[in-house]
Amino acid sequence: MKQVQWWISKYPDGRQQSAVIPVLWLVQKQEGWVSEPAIRAVADLLKMATIRVYEVATFYTMFMLEPVGTMALVQVCGTTACQSRGSEALLEVCRKRFGPDSHRSADGKFYWQEVECLGACSNAPMAAINDRYYEDLTVEGFEKLLDAFAAGQTPPPGSEIGRQGSAVLGGNSTLNDPKLYDGSAAKPIKSLPNAAPKGKAKAPVA
Amino acid sequence: MVGILEDKDRIFTNIYGLQDWGLEGAKARGCWNATREMLGQSHEWVCEQIRESGLRGRGGGGFVTGFKWTLMPQQLSERPHYLVVNADESEPGACKDREIIRNDPHLLIEGCMIASYAIRAHTAYIYIRGEYVAERERLEAAIKQAYAAKLIGKDNVNGWDFDLHVTHGGGAYICGDETALMESLEGKKGQPRLKPPFPAGAGIYGCPTTINNVESIAVVGTILRRGAGWFSSFGRPKNAGTKLMAASGHVNKPSVVEEAMSIPMRQLIEDHFGGVRGGWGKLKAVIPGGVSMPMITREQAETVLMDFDDLPRVQSRLGTATMILFDEDTDLVRVIARVSRFFKHESCGQCTPCREGTGWMWRVMERMVTGEAEMREIDMLLDVASQVEGHTICGLGDAAAWPIQGLFRNFRHEVEDRITSYRAGKPHVQGAALVAAE
Repeated sequence: MKQVQWWISKYPDGRQQSAVIPVLWLVQKQEGWVSEPAIRAVADLLKMATIRVYEVATFYTMFMLEPVGTMALVQVCGTTACQSRGSEALLEVCRKRFGPDSHRSADGKFYWQEVECLGACSNAPMAAINDRYYEDLTVEGFEKLLDAFAAGQTPPPGSEIGRQGSAVLGGNSTLNDPKLYDGSAAKPIKSLPNAAPKGKAKAPVA
Repeated sequence: MVGILEDKDRIFTNIYGLQDWGLEGAKARGCWNATREMLGQSHEWVCEQIRESGLRGRGGGGFVTGFKWTLMPQQLSERPHYLVVNADESEPGACKDREIIRNDPHLLIEGCMIASYAIRAHTAYIYIRGEYVAERERLEAAIKQAYAAKLIGKDNVNGWDFDLHVTHGGGAYICGDETALMESLEGKKGQPRLKPPFPAGAGIYGCPTTINNVESIAVVGTILRRGAGWFSSFGRPKNAGTKLMAASGHVNKPSVVEEAMSIPMRQLIEDHFGGVRGGWGKLKAVIPGGVSMPMITREQAETVLMDFDDLPRVQSRLGTATMILFDEDTDLVRVIARVSRFFKHESCGQCTPCREGTGWMWRVMERMVTGEAEMREIDMLLDVASQVEGHTICGLGDAAAWPIQGLFRNFRHEVEDRITSYRAGKPHVQGAALVAAE
């Protein structure tokens, strides 16, 4: 509830409707999915018509309108960049392990779906498991990852091949100049380039 | 030296997250340096400097950023002004804003403050896509640091009252359109609004609003620190500056890198991304910037420059400069069919040409993949694509049509071969139903 108030406080008075997506997201984080009673409660809370909240919950694909797996929600990116680097094999892994797309697995522990681009294309192929990004996946690595989740662990997110962010494999071609990081860029600037003539400018920062 | 740009001229010095993303680290790399003096100049001065630097919108539109800011009302009325930063990066291929948000968040925060000052706004929202959960947490943490250090907020050390909030979406690509984003921010379905009124007149909550891409905003601080002339010294005229560029798909080292605008595409690929898998000769096609941009062939990629004005020469566009490369083993028809499926999935359903057209185009594309389609359906598909293009409220209709047009402009013979061989009873596509040809 504190978090809900925090979200509402971000928006101008009387505009609490703006918080509907974040609040529904909080509901989903707490319950695992967004149920109809939850939609009604959110509508009361934000003084919205129930249908408006329902509209939002159905329009945005991140809201799960049915219960998901107890262990993990697996979202594999299947769009172009990942496709070209082998996501189809990952989808096949999911199909084999858990059954058809957008369904819970037979044991109820997993729920998987193919999703559209998750915005980590330089680290393709990738999957988001419980909202954390697992990148640069191979079939074997992905299988291991799912095994770990099935065993109740949460492996650290990131790149399977251990690279930092989207850094270049085998050493960066750029950003190797130590001068960038020795603090020389933080020296006070005497006057800004092209600054307006004095009088208008305030005193420089010490 | 690799590439064109030298390390000392890079704006995003922590793009790989190898350094400290926090306030101390950002300050050591030059962020928040002399921000107070910038805000001591006039509003017009800031707009003028950014316009002179030649910065064009980095989200793909290419609109001159400094000019966009001057479209805001020059006098404050009772309606407050707002800045909204579009961090709803959902286009397949585009993955550059994520690196800014998680690794250089303070550059973005500083840029928000300066841009807000330029447009006389005291409040700014950063609308980040819902899937970027870790990135959002990082950004919230950075904003907290900035508040604690009194860099932003009420009575801050920089002398311009300024509140910055993060809000997030729910996984809809359409919310990358500026008017859909505003609807979404107001807590509605993300369906684009008709323009006019333009956001500068009536944006969020009916108030004057400016919407910019993350990268456009994050470079502002450094431009003012180093001067408009420094920024415009890179690239060709009207395509000034540095830009984050990325490669994915069949390159040896997919990555994100900052380079000078107008760098030749081939040099960019070979210097920074380790070249095409199997060598340049293996390259079949490139999508230059997010999948909605039409693909180009190897011959075109050989000579084309990465900027707003040279890619149209080969009937494509720069977009976000995040390339996807395909080698010669790639089934391009299948690639475009997947792209069509993406647009079908993401169409918001407001305008009929897009709602019906994207689904129709996807279904026909799927039949082209196997070769089941009729030969005359190629022209029918192109006709429908041109009917969808330009007849919708937002750009999603165009974006859905362009990849298909790009495919047939350059690789029509592949589809024709496929249909012919399917008719001849020897489908050569993996997964094609052999029985169907009997």
